[in-house]
Amino acid sequence: MFLINCPFCGEREQSEFKAGGEAHIVRPKQPTELSDDEWAEYLFMRKNIKGIQYERWNHIHGCRKWFNIVRDTSNDEIKAVYKMGEKPPI
Amino acid sequence: MKKKLRVKRSKHIDETYKISFKFNGKLYYGFKGDTLASALLANDIHLVGRSFKYHRPRGIMTAGSEEPNAIVQLHNNSAWTEPNVRATEVEIYEGLEASSQNCWPSVNFDVGGINNFLSPLLPAGFYYKTFMWPASFWKKYEYFIRKSAGLGKSPTKADPDIYEHRYIHCDVLVIGAGISGIISAKTAAKNGFKTLLVDEKPYLGGSTIYQNSEYFKINNQNSGSWLEKEINEIKKIENLEIKTRTSVAAYHGYNYLLARENLTDHLPIERRKNKTRHKLLKIRAKKVVTATGSIERPLIFDNNDRPGILLSSAIKKYADLFGVACGEKNILFTNNDSAYETAISLIQKGINVGAIVDNREKVDSKLIYEVEKNNVKIFKGHTIVNTYGYKRINKISIMQLSKDGQNVIGSKIDLSCDCLGISGGWTPAVHLFTQSGGKLKFRDEDQVFIPNIYPSDQISVGACNGDLTLDSILVNVPKSLKDFLNIKNNVYENFDVLSSHNNFKRNIWLLPSNKVLGKTKSFVDYQNDATAKDIKLALREGFKSIEHVKRYTTTGMGTDQGKLGNMHALGIISETSEAKMGELGTTTFRPPYTPLTFGTIVGRNVGEYFDAYRKTPIHEWHVKNRAKFENVGQWKRAWYYPKNNENMFQAVQRESKAARESAGILDASTLGKIDIQGTDASEFLNRVYTNAWSKLQIGKCRYGLMLNEDGMVYDDGVTTRLGENHYLMTTTTGGAANVLGKLEDYLQTEWPELDVYLTSVTDHLATISVCGPNSKKIISEIFPSLDLSDKNFPHMSFKKTKIGKIHCRIMRISFTGEQSYEINVQANFGKSVWEKCMEVGKNYNITPYGTETMHLLRAEKGFIIVGQDTDATMTPIDLQMDWIVSKKKYDFIGKRSLYRSDTIREDRKQLVGLLTDNPNEILEEGSQIVSDINKSPIEMLGHVTSSYFSPNLKKSIALGVVKGGKNMLGQKLIIPMENKKINVTVTDPVFLDKENKRLNA
Repeated sequence: MFLINCPFCGEREQSEFKAGGEAHIVRPKQPTELSDDEWAEYLFMRKNIKGIQYERWNHIHGCRKWFNIVRDTSNDEIKAVYKMGEKPPI
Repeated sequence: MKKKLRVKRSKHIDETYKISFKFNGKLYYGFKGDTLASALLANDIHLVGRSFKYHRPRGIMTAGSEEPNAIVQLHNNSAWTEPNVRATEVEIYEGLEASSQNCWPSVNFDVGGINNFLSPLLPAGFYYKTFMWPASFWKKYEYFIRKSAGLGKSPTKADPDIYEHRYIHCDVLVIGAGISGIISAKTAAKNGFKTLLVDEKPYLGGSTIYQNSEYFKINNQNSGSWLEKEINEIKKIENLEIKTRTSVAAYHGYNYLLARENLTDHLPIERRKNKTRHKLLKIRAKKVVTATGSIERPLIFDNNDRPGILLSSAIKKYADLFGVACGEKNILFTNNDSAYETAISLIQKGINVGAIVDNREKVDSKLIYEVEKNNVKIFKGHTIVNTYGYKRINKISIMQLSKDGQNVIGSKIDLSCDCLGISGGWTPAVHLFTQSGGKLKFRDEDQVFIPNIYPSDQISVGACNGDLTLDSILVNVPKSLKDFLNIKNNVYENFDVLSSHNNFKRNIWLLPSNKVLGKTKSFVDYQNDATAKDIKLALREGFKSIEHVKRYTTTGMGTDQGKLGNMHALGIISETSEAKMGELGTTTFRPPYTPLTFGTIVGRNVGEYFDAYRKTPIHEWHVKNRAKFENVGQWKRAWYYPKNNENMFQAVQRESKAARESAGILDASTLGKIDIQGTDASEFLNRVYTNAWSKLQIGKCRYGLMLNEDGMVYDDGVTTRLGENHYLMTTTTGGAANVLGKLEDYLQTEWPELDVYLTSVTDHLATISVCGPNSKKIISEIFPSLDLSDKNFPHMSFKKTKIGKIHCRIMRISFTGEQSYEINVQANFGKSVWEKCMEVGKNYNITPYGTETMHLLRAEKGFIIVGQDTDATMTPIDLQMDWIVSKKKYDFIGKRSLYRSDTIREDRKQLVGLLTDNPNEILEEGSQIVSDINKSPIEMLGHVTSSYFSPNLKKSIALGVVKGGKNMLGQKLIIPMENKKINVTVTDPVFLDKENKRLNA
């Protein structure tokens, strides 16, 4: 079970958090302008990387804030934690 | 004649404290400090169980948690019964009752023993190969196979014991309290680390604590005595917590470990009352020192499984620790020096050692010289080729090994014995290390896997790290700790160590025999009866991966997870397939290290605490009025209120009629309620609902449908505009938490610019819905000052008012199609307001109704229930709810998905009404809907989602989803059932009051 360093609360057990999938997928500002394929790319396509992955997490049983983490999926090491809207530090 | 097997007083056994226990119904005695295994051995009992597949007699093989054979059932037929318990781990207590498993009618005469003679017909994969054809016969085979197999019986009564969970945080966790663990714990604690030391045994000191020989000394003291002083000292250290009888079950990432602390299993049952039996410790350690030691390897030769054959180290332990001789004529068979330690211990205690068979040719060792001095015959360069004795070993045959160790030469020599100790060297216990994600490396010189790459802040020390001798432990452990803990001073000065071992081992995975392999039974996995022959067969049949061989032969798949034999399985595969050991890899070690009871895992979360449930503020009233309850999410909701002897159908018919003819009352407090405030609240609602919200006036309510980004219906509910920038949103009961989560997600990540605040107020408000033609009269009597005229208080609007000092929000909204008022009050007033409604409504036959009637009433009106009439594949268009999807709004969640090529298909499943030709026939929810039953395969058009008998329409009604259903009005379809087919007609989903006249009646 991971220890996750919530940027608002500090280090907490994984059981307090909910994973929210791949990070940095921005909802298109003008969905109506998009073709079916472009919309499908936003809606369905997600990466499944062995190695460095950028993920959304929510401190659902804590401050309920969303934030991002950088995790190495091969050994579960969390390389960095950063707030929504911030640039990934690595 | 009774043998004298208690040989010499051992300080670990209290011979003044006699304990009686029963084994297979017979009464025996042991002493305080005994395990069930040591007590049985002292009573000359070796035969404890039967093997899994061949039902061969099996005895005690080890003295620890690695035991594959001596597994017993405790307290059979009582609530305390527990199967698959290792006799080597059970501490005896007054009243203990144990019995053999996997045998019928008794361990001495077992019908299943016939399998042993049929064994040429039962090779690896036998069941897979034989019983898979014809497939339909499996049901018949299964009955007999299940009956003749099985390890123990599970309890049938409720578990009477108490279990707990506890979190522990520490700087350093030391696993294993042998000599390496003790040194580690003391070093860590003395350097200021908050330290926890755990060991699975009831005592500290591992196997060194009973080591009392001139040949192993630390600072000129016998190693056991030296360690005893250390133990006494560490018990006084304040920042060191010590837990015995505590077995680490799992080692997860981020140094998170689970351990089971056993608190009462060694006590007589009557002394366990009101005490916690097992505690599951959830340990988060900054640093972990694994000092789990090593497990002695058996040797693989023909008939190496008879009762009376033990690991050599186990014989030593039974003699040194428990003062028990495992036999009167002992022979030891070894490939290394360890067996000579056993021999010296036995000789010291006056126990006979008949001979030692050593597969090594020439070894220069002080231990061997000592044994030879005592006139013990040593057969060097020999191997055992066979053993004899069905229920107890009585003879072995040995032969000389060829130079290369591949063959036997010369003639057979027979030696009689009643106990055989075998030693194949030592396997570092790397189980926890690999569970944590650690990578192993293979050390060729003594053929062991040792830790190589650590995945977290941890270290393995001592025997589990490959330091298998006293001198290497005392040199390497303090050194490794110094680096690992980053400390300046060692607690220990340099040791003066005497270690008389010669480390040379002659490793032969499968010992040669004078017979062909097919005629031998050389067991690799004792518990699952997997032999060397089976492993070779698997390789011949094309299995290459160790993981596949494991599953095909079941090697290592017993409750002991192959702690003894896995290495030999690997060795045999490596030799046969000529692959290098280091490259083969190992099978995966999985938690738990030793079996856990279900109680330990569940802890206190049993009965009503299994899953917390939520009650509305009016719950007590429902209970008092004999409501039946239904689980909705975690909520207990009133389902229906049976009167007299009504069944559910009758109660629901009565409740539904009353609601339409006079008045009904429903506890709707479970509906999710979200308070929405902020200057952008209207814009926010515009984006999350499919319809438009900007123009909703203050004091008005509106129904909204929420989609997922994929266009599928996610939730629905009525939202009321309480003020300019203030809304109260309701959600479905089950969807409340997820809807709040979804809204927060969008606000925080996609639209952080919006000024909107969300607060869950579900638990703050009680919601009481009063409906029916007389509802207006009831409400007007409760709130006399309120103008209820349709002009002042029309449908879909809201008023603030009071009963006495209680603030009320009343919404005139309807989920039944009747005129209906929802009263929202602060939760703690919910019950009194409900009672007021009941009191006032008495004159109008106000009838409380539950969720079942609510579902029926809304189905009459064709209102959907999200999650019942929809799944995650229904768009609002599929639901024929086009009217609620705004064409004008530029965007809302899910809008773009409503015109993807897939969502605009005409033949999607669409919501329709279904009427049975026979109005009394009620469809089953979930039934398939078809049109043509003569065509094969029959095309499934959809299924029934809701179905009821409507007392108001006096006929059966149903909702369903049907491919292209929108264009099938009036068409006949078929619902095929097991014994009949039901004819239905597709209709509009609204069955009652299409014109909505009743809302203002």
